[in-house]
Amino acid sequence: MSEHIVSVKIYITIFLALMAGTALTVWAGLQDFPGPLNVVIALTIAVIKATLVVLYFMHVRYSARLIWVILASALFWMGILFALTFSDYWTRDWL
Amino acid sequence: MREFEKAMETFVPPPPSRINYLNAQYGLKSWLLTKDHKRIALLYLGAISFFFFIGGLYAMFIRLELLTPQADLLQSTTYNKVFTQHGIIMVFFFLIPSIPATLGNFLIPMMIGAKDLAFPRINLLSWYIYMLGGLVTIYALLAGGIDTGWTFYTPFSTTFSNSYVIAAGLGIFINGFSSILTGLNFIVTIHTMRAPGMTWFRLPLFIWAHYATSLIMILGTPVIAITVLLLAFERLAHVGIFDPAVGGDPVLFQHLFWFYSHPAVYIMVLPGMGVISELIANFSRKNIFGYGFVAFSSLAIAVFGFLVWGHHLFVASQSVYAGMIFSFLSFAVAIPSAIKVFNWTATLYKASISYDTPMLYALGFIGLFTIGGMTGLFLAALATDVHLSDTYFVVAHFHYIMVGGTLLAYLGGLHYWWPKMSGRMYPEGWGRFSALVVFIGFNLTFLPQFILGYMGMPRRYHVYPDEFQVLHVLSSAGASILGVGLLIPLVYLIWSMRYGKVAEGNPWHLPGLEWRTQSPPITENFDFTPVVTWEAYEFAPPEETEVVGKFAEERV
Amino acid sequence: MAETVEHLGVGHEASHPALQHHFENMEQQREAGNIGMWVFLVTEIMFFGGMFLAYTLYRSKFPMAFASASNHLSLPMGAVNTVVLILSSFTMALAVYSAQIGKRRNQVVCLILTIVLGLTFLGIKAVEYHEKYVDHLIPGQLIPGHPFKPDKVHLLGDAAKENVEMFYWIYFAMTGMHAVHMIIGVGLLSVILFFAARGRYDPEYHSPVEISGLYWHFVDIVWIFLFPLLYLLGRHFEH
Repeated sequence: MSEHIVSVKIYITIFLALMAGTALTVWAGLQDFPGPLNVVIALTIAVIKATLVVLYFMHVRYSARLIWVILASALFWMGILFALTFSDYWTRDWL
Repeated sequence: MREFEKAMETFVPPPPSRINYLNAQYGLKSWLLTKDHKRIALLYLGAISFFFFIGGLYAMFIRLELLTPQADLLQSTTYNKVFTQHGIIMVFFFLIPSIPATLGNFLIPMMIGAKDLAFPRINLLSWYIYMLGGLVTIYALLAGGIDTGWTFYTPFSTTFSNSYVIAAGLGIFINGFSSILTGLNFIVTIHTMRAPGMTWFRLPLFIWAHYATSLIMILGTPVIAITVLLLAFERLAHVGIFDPAVGGDPVLFQHLFWFYSHPAVYIMVLPGMGVISELIANFSRKNIFGYGFVAFSSLAIAVFGFLVWGHHLFVASQSVYAGMIFSFLSFAVAIPSAIKVFNWTATLYKASISYDTPMLYALGFIGLFTIGGMTGLFLAALATDVHLSDTYFVVAHFHYIMVGGTLLAYLGGLHYWWPKMSGRMYPEGWGRFSALVVFIGFNLTFLPQFILGYMGMPRRYHVYPDEFQVLHVLSSAGASILGVGLLIPLVYLIWSMRYGKVAEGNPWHLPGLEWRTQSPPITENFDFTPVVTWEAYEFAPPEETEVVGKFAEERV
Repeated sequence: MAETVEHLGVGHEASHPALQHHFENMEQQREAGNIGMWVFLVTEIMFFGGMFLAYTLYRSKFPMAFASASNHLSLPMGAVNTVVLILSSFTMALAVYSAQIGKRRNQVVCLILTIVLGLTFLGIKAVEYHEKYVDHLIPGQLIPGHPFKPDKVHLLGDAAKENVEMFYWIYFAMTGMHAVHMIIGVGLLSVILFFAARGRYDPEYHSPVEISGLYWHFVDIVWIFLFPLLYLLGRHFEH
């Protein structure tokens, strides 16, 4: 079996990190940060939380490179959907 | 001696078994509960042929109505329903599944030396899902039809159409899962189940093409799924994200719809290109020219295909700047397709060509696909698209690719692998004759439509100025010839299953791994695990291939 | 072919009862299942991606309307649900761990906990949805005879009433789709629980637990994004 078994200690650590992230995101949501910072902070925390789940709970940290490629492609493709659609919406006012 | 000849010398084929996948088990349950990818391929073949026939009937009504400039055969709403349903059936229930679900399902495990796909039960499930989606769609047709165009544009589809949009949308939604599961199966199979020695660059180009197609299925289909769902809910709730009354944008629907539907046309044509690579190399008895380029061009088409959807929105109030980006990318996406055409042509050069029926279809494909592709460039250019958009020029363009391309490839592949699938040969004379009839009928149908479009005939109209009638009559005449040409193979292929010449394991004498099994194959495909030590299409080892031109002396 | 490698049915070591006939060995079968589930998750990412696109577009167009509508959602319920779901991901990871080390009882306990937490999430969601129904915040004519009325929503800045309805449409579409996936997940885990209780999974073969775990974690990740984007939009305006 080439499977890597992640220890319970790591799972507990990640879980606590996720709890901290949740508390942080609620606290940050109640603060009035200048400009677009509220969104930026909220998304950053969410991305970090998601990354922890992906890497440790979903074992991607210990998985074959193919899995990384598959995941990265999905995110890249969502990026294509967003980028090219917004290339329309954000330039409509230009002309 | 060539590598595969060396291998053939030491290889003593097992005596062909009287048991094969067709007679291994009898009874309806053994077919409806089968896990054998070959039987599932035949289940798909039957279902797809049925839907092709229905779509063809709708086409017949379109061409009949268009014989005269007035609306004399069908009322406006009926005509709207007829072309809508022709589109939905042909796109979702014929073109998208055709080659992958029949030829792909049948051949992929055999070509890579495996006993089955990675997930046989999911394969069967995908067929049941396809049938369910088809049934729901047929219900929509029979209950009263849909008149929105296969593109379901809002706000007509959400607010103003009085037809069965939700039912049709549901049918398409369900069908999407069939596509996703097929693509998923192919990707996992190709990654994990190749036989020892079958490296990526020894894979037949048919496999590369299906791998690329599967990528598109996985990445694109979910987006149309959510789009159709949102459309259905908007219709139910009488409000939604495409509704200006709450600040929505109808054009968002078009963005989401075409994000899938443009790559979908590559789902339709890439497998066809995979078939053509097989046909050209094999019927020229020559290594394919530029294997690496053809393989990577399939991937490039899959990727680039996702970057161009905005060219369907050039005249839909999309920003001009976005239009410029999409126009540039649309020109770029033509390049990998052109690379394939060049490589196929170079393969033909100084080859030993046999003009069997599959090869006739392949040669037809190259010419017609090229015309279709080049006319796409007119549409990719912003300025000309303003004039040609929503005219018959567009209709002719995509039919050249879908019919002149995909359908011809499908027929060519079906004939080529028919002996493997059925154990019988089709009658060669009739095969060549109907290929010719199809070719002539097709061109007579769609060539006039380029001219019609250029002259200003709009698409989806059944009433038109008198001066267009001559071209329409030519087109309809061509359609009837095309119809006949397509019915003939239906007859002789079915006839051949009982009365055709019995085929041996390798009737064409070709090196592909699928030809190393008996015809029809046993359920497990191979008695043994093949070990692959030769390259794809290795008609001659690299040292023996003739190099023409200034590099000839430099080769050892 | 140059050589044969093996003949069917001859020379196999005793294979695991769960090995399917078309795979060579358990490792290949496990790998295939894993890649298969990840490919499926790609389709799920693209599926939700369409809705995230709509959300991003309309939020950028009507920021104050979205903020106003968001403030009317119950922050405590959303936060509790987030905690519940992350906890369930934790118990799911432990269930997979238990299967990997062959502890049947632990598997069963962890799976039961995961399912219970999942149902808790759905229960809280149901309460939230009911509140929306009572407040007439279900968009359009989804509930015939109970049309949308945004009177309860306190409008901030230049927020327009029509755009509030847009927020709720997206809210219901996204959380509704998420809830459907949760329900499917609970069903899936119930099946896994049934087989785990019967000792079907051991260190050699526990693929179904692993790939169900992947699905469950994915559903959790979607919520990790939904929570701040739907519930925390406009809180900073009212504090």
